[in-house]
Amino acid sequence: MALKATGETRDKNQQWGRVNAFLGKYGIVLILLAMILAFSLLSEGFFTARNIFNIIRQISFMGLIAIGVTMVIITGGIDLGSGSVLALTAVLATSLAQIQTSATLKYPGLEVPVIVPIVVALGVGALTGVINGSLIAKFKIPPFIATLGMMTVARGFALIYSNKPLSQLTPEYNFIGQGALFGIPFPVILLILVAVVIHVMLNNTPFGRYIYALGGNEQAARISGVNTDRVKIGVYTLAGLLSGLAGLVVSSRVGSGQPGQGMGIELDAIAAAVIGGTSLSGGIGTIWGTIVGALIIGVLDNGLILLNVDQYWITIVKGTIIVVAVIIDQRKNR
Amino acid sequence: MGEDNVLVMEHISKAFPGVQALSDVQLTVRPGSVHALMGENGAGKSTLMKVLIGMYIPEEGEITFLGRKVKIENTQQALRMGISMIHQELSPEPYMTVAENIFLGREPLGRFGLIDKKKMMAETKALLERLEIDIDPNTVMRNLSVANTQMVEIAKAISYDSSLIIMDEPTSAITEREVAHLFRIIRTLKDKGVAIIYITHKMDEVFQIADDITVFRDGRHIATVPASQTDRNSLIAMMVGRELTNLFPKEDAPIGEVVLSVRGLTRNGVVDDVSFELRRGEILGLAGLMGAGRTEVIEGVFGIKPIDAGEITVKGKRVDIKSPRDAIRHGMALLTEDRKLTGIMGVLSVRDNMMIASLSSYSKAGFLNKRIIDETCAKEKTRLELKTPSMDQVIRLLSGGNQQKVLVSRWLLTVPDILILDEPTRGIDVGAKSEIHRLMSKLAQEGKAIIMVSSELPEILGMSDRVLVMHEGRVGGIFDRKDATQENIMRAATGHNELMAAV
Repeated sequence: MALKATGETRDKNQQWGRVNAFLGKYGIVLILLAMILAFSLLSEGFFTARNIFNIIRQISFMGLIAIGVTMVIITGGIDLGSGSVLALTAVLATSLAQIQTSATLKYPGLEVPVIVPIVVALGVGALTGVINGSLIAKFKIPPFIATLGMMTVARGFALIYSNKPLSQLTPEYNFIGQGALFGIPFPVILLILVAVVIHVMLNNTPFGRYIYALGGNEQAARISGVNTDRVKIGVYTLAGLLSGLAGLVVSSRVGSGQPGQGMGIELDAIAAAVIGGTSLSGGIGTIWGTIVGALIIGVLDNGLILLNVDQYWITIVKGTIIVVAVIIDQRKNR
Repeated sequence: MGEDNVLVMEHISKAFPGVQALSDVQLTVRPGSVHALMGENGAGKSTLMKVLIGMYIPEEGEITFLGRKVKIENTQQALRMGISMIHQELSPEPYMTVAENIFLGREPLGRFGLIDKKKMMAETKALLERLEIDIDPNTVMRNLSVANTQMVEIAKAISYDSSLIIMDEPTSAITEREVAHLFRIIRTLKDKGVAIIYITHKMDEVFQIADDITVFRDGRHIATVPASQTDRNSLIAMMVGRELTNLFPKEDAPIGEVVLSVRGLTRNGVVDDVSFELRRGEILGLAGLMGAGRTEVIEGVFGIKPIDAGEITVKGKRVDIKSPRDAIRHGMALLTEDRKLTGIMGVLSVRDNMMIASLSSYSKAGFLNKRIIDETCAKEKTRLELKTPSMDQVIRLLSGGNQQKVLVSRWLLTVPDILILDEPTRGIDVGAKSEIHRLMSKLAQEGKAIIMVSSELPEILGMSDRVLVMHEGRVGGIFDRKDATQENIMRAATGHNELMAAV
């Protein structure tokens, strides 16, 4: 009798275990679907092709940064500087992509092919990452402090470089943020491309697994022969590169580079990663989770605006969701 | 019936995803007795104790403590009821003093609700004096040696005046002198009627100190017997479910050429002018007391910590080892002493943990060859009889012995010539221990050269072809197998002959 009872409890436990495992893996997708359903019922304008594209385009800048920060968080680090790096790369790139009749022309007479601003933005973005990574790996500065420094320094350089918007850009440059291929907005294509590449890198290359190993146990990884310094610098460099890419996309989307761009975007990106299941303790996280996390933030922003909810309330709802996501994550990993 | 017993646990069951950790387990502890819990890693001893102190909530079962049925939901509650525990993994607050650690969470308060530091200091001093532990209550924890940290943890557990104290492998980090000290303390506690649950893998200790012995296997209660009515062999038989003929089966292996030669290795302050050679097929035992510098030598050879002087030659070639990467490139592998701190990557899968040191050899054009990786993992799983529901399982959820097997696999996959094993069987049950010993013999026969650091003399004597004894950072002596006696080694390890009397 007692034995039978034990057996039944065990079956039940196993069932719950399976349900929990399913929710742990796909719960976040279910939440996203539920939100889409709710907004579709509440607002007529929500579930239209145009609005959905709108949402994805909206999150594409932040999504690029979130992909970078996801890698950084998996190593057990953090990147607070991405919004400022976005601004710095945006003003640098746009200053090289203005048409000669522009009212705020930075370099009169300078006309360069569009590849130049692109290379400059990506290069400078990557360089900020090299600096972050080296400070963290070689000088043993905590990531929070190193990237907090980068946050203010890069913003400062952006303001020194140009304290006014650099507008009226070449059509080639504007294509990055405003163009479309096969009816799909170009920023969306970029986001998907980057997501796929980074996903494959994380799962199918030694470097990708080293990123997880670093966050799982840095000492064990080092003793196992992982060049932990190089992995760290590599990850921050990739994150910086993606911030530079986001700088290109944002500035060409709005048609100008401004030193105040991307303010606070790093926090949305961190939130997207965390909502998507990336563990701030390191070792855990996926790109798909982060994309879903970014979509949740995008849907929430867009849906609440369509419902005419006060902007201040939106920030309160967002903050609450982030904390709840972390609580769920903690329980899952206990 | 439960009236006379301190503790009665009945029908306890607890499951984790993929593992039934305890099924229908019982345990009865008499007042004033030492009750030893034995069993292989993963047998369920620690899980049962965590149920007892409220860290885990069992699905089923009843606990009767001091004659009353109780439900224990957290450790604070267990402490209030009179159950304290010395955990296997030490977890002091490193930047607090000894006194602050002992009174953490129950600091004596004075006026205005502020901490009464004088009282706290005085009480700690009294406690340590009563237990004859010679440590200043004002010392910051991180400045204490591992052994003294352990003694503070012991004092802390006793300071709660509990009716029941659980000791989970309290001697794994302390030397024999301190073990004797601990046993004196335990006997005093017994006289006062305090009951003790004592978890250990060390047979000698069990027969020295235990009144009753309970054996677990695979999450089940196997037997409870008075210590006076059993012996080593029948205990081992109960633990593993089979008789073991030889605990330390180092078999003959052809000894070949020198593969590793270390000359004048020095790390200022910890290692002083250490030289030795290691040959193919040979097992070199590295013995010595706690803090003699054994692990420090290894850290220098493997490039974990920089060396200040010395030459390392691998297979006749002078090499410059600046990092573990260099060491691995020159055919070395290191199984570290602390599995949790420097071994496993807890939240990662068994597969990642197994493959991490050899990923580059399992990739083509920069991409991992997942099919071959999966095949390799499956092969390793069978070869080492690894118990895991899948390769995607998070390694943290495996038992200690199975984690160790994954780590052994990690290093064998790098196909090393020189294997350095730092306390390879520490905290591991008898079954897994003899498996690891057998594996070491086999590897030696295959021509690998092995350095084995161990604190257990029988293991050193049984497994080593030669023994290098460390004493205060220097080589105290090197003995061939025939000269390596317990007496010779202890003499070299202590550097004094008069200490022999104490051993």
